[in-house]
Amino acid sequence: MKKFTCIVCPISCSLAVQAEGGGDITVTGSKCDRGKAYAKDEYLAPKRVITTTVKIDGADIALLPVIGTAPVPKELLRTCLRHLYGIKVTAPVRMGDVIERDILGSGVDIVAARSAVIKKG
Amino acid sequence: MREITADIAVVGGGPAGMSAALRACGLGAKTVLIERDAALGGILNQCVHDGFGLLRFKKQMSGSQYAQQFADAVYESSASVMTETTVLKLIPGECGSKAQSRQGLYTTGEKTGGALIRAGAVILAMGCRERPRQQAGIVGSRPAGVLTAGAVQKYINVEGYLPGRKAVILGSGDIGLIMARRMTLEGIDVAGVYEIMPSPGGLRRNVAQCLDDYDIPLRLSSTVTEVHGKKRVEGVTVADVDAARHPIPGTEVFVPCDLLVLSVGLIPENELSRDAGIEMDPVTGGPVLDNFMMASVPGFFAAGNVSAVFDLVDYVSDTGEAAAEGACRFLGGEALPEYVTVRAGDDVSFVLPGKIRRDLPSSALYMRVKRTIENAVLEILADGKPVYEKKHPIVTPPEMVTARFHESAGSGVPDAGGLTVRILGD
Ligand SMILES: Cc1cc2nc3c(=O)[nH]c(=O)nc-3n(C[C@H](O)[C@H](O)[C@H](O)COP(=O)(O)OP(=O)(O)OC[C@H]3O[C@@H](n4cnc5c(N)ncnc54)[C@H](O)[C@@H]3O)c2cc1C
Ligand code: SF4
Repeated sequence: MKKFTCIVCPISCSLAVQAEGGGDITVTGSKCDRGKAYAKDEYLAPKRVITTTVKIDGADIALLPVIGTAPVPKELLRTCLRHLYGIKVTAPVRMGDVIERDILGSGVDIVAARSAVIKKG
Repeated sequence: MREITADIAVVGGGPAGMSAALRACGLGAKTVLIERDAALGGILNQCVHDGFGLLRFKKQMSGSQYAQQFADAVYESSASVMTETTVLKLIPGECGSKAQSRQGLYTTGEKTGGALIRAGAVILAMGCRERPRQQAGIVGSRPAGVLTAGAVQKYINVEGYLPGRKAVILGSGDIGLIMARRMTLEGIDVAGVYEIMPSPGGLRRNVAQCLDDYDIPLRLSSTVTEVHGKKRVEGVTVADVDAARHPIPGTEVFVPCDLLVLSVGLIPENELSRDAGIEMDPVTGGPVLDNFMMASVPGFFAAGNVSAVFDLVDYVSDTGEAAAEGACRFLGGEALPEYVTVRAGDDVSFVLPGKIRRDLPSSALYMRVKRTIENAVLEILADGKPVYEKKHPIVTPPEMVTARFHESAGSGVPDAGGLTVRILGD
């Protein structure tokens, strides 16, 4: 049995994963199905959601917060972040605009996590 | 001086203020929302990490997404928004005939100029601020490089500036944990997190995903005793502490670093409220409230972190809506029912709100527990008799516990007996 703290929401359920014969996995301790899915992933192939900022030109803000549309495998996280440091976007941006499609072939899009208008003056 | 009139004035445009303004508009009140920053969103604008909105929207959002969603809705609503405007002083009106009483708010702003806002009701949503260094009790010189976790978050996420190369974090509050991960990913070496208490100050999920994921050591029952360096931090002395939280001689270790990050807690920002003569609760650090979120001065309401420090933004938004509903009821001139006092019983450090008006369909209670208890039962007693019971697999101090309580169960309870909320272990 392996134990995890669910990180999907701040309730932080204590999850226990039990691998049964025949490849079945049972999860106990979760308050919801998201926690079950998280524990299975964490047991088989851990994933994390990318959140960071990218540079933005001509906006009322200096950095644009971005987020992945789905989690990426944990080991890809740092490479993805390094890739995003090299990216610069230009205002205006609407929340949800795709900043990087299919980042490093992971199947996950990176989208703007807020809007930015063109700086006045 | 320019004068602006409104039914409801909301002070602060974070999630609490935005949801209060939206609900107030929805209920037909002429609403003005005042925010000192250039953008709405409050503290969420510097929270680029995810973990927001799961309860409300059933999906994982980052702080900025949650804020943008509400800000868009506010700008589409009938609320008039005054950004880059600070409320300087609150003047509670004469309360002869309640509906007519007018509260005053003195504001200032570069663009909006000095203005007096007159409103029938005021919703306080100023959020909280971080405890400064003095309260961390560190001795030594005062070199550059000692910052609160929130300040580091703002430097990195908003301004795009790395405030150091090697960091030590004092305190394991959530912002500190989030910043341990963020700094690591940004290339700042995090030597460790030192926590004076025997258990982490932040949520368990944050210990798991911010420290364990990156092998950042968390040292419980330890603290920073001295800061070294003349102009710039050159290192800190850390030591283990005993049960009374005093450093244990002989356990001191020097840790080289150029940045000391303080994550030693948050305090509701209530200078304005205190100055207006609003009664404060010494435990929550916020105003004493009823379940309309109304404070001791009639017509003044509070929501979000100004009322008590919340760890979940979803609850913050709920309190904003409750405050707006209360304010509209107040404006309608409806006589408010009597209240019963809600007391914190065994293992509960506080319950918000501390008073419940009688004969309401249901009301949310938010509380913090004193210690970690597994297989806990939350019990509400009316005049000593149990009227509500809810099981919780685990309750911990960093995680707020909530209950939706139907007061009818306790109707007729004499206020002398009141309601008591307690947590029982197995
Ligand atoms: C680092 C960090 C991580 C967090 N992580 C999570 C998480 O993962 N999930 C989650 O659900 N919650 C999380 N939270 C908690 C949640 O985000 C907060 O509880 C919530 O944002 C508080 O909202 P608020 O509106 O009460 O206060 P704030 O967001 O602080 O807003 C207060 C606003 O009032 C304005 N103001 C103050 N005084 C005045 C004045 N005199 N005049 C005009 N304006 C004024 C301020 O400028 C500010 O914009 C986190 C919080 C922090 C700080
Ligand atoms: S199992 Fe569900 S409720 Fe529990 S922490 Fe995970 S997401 Fe939250």
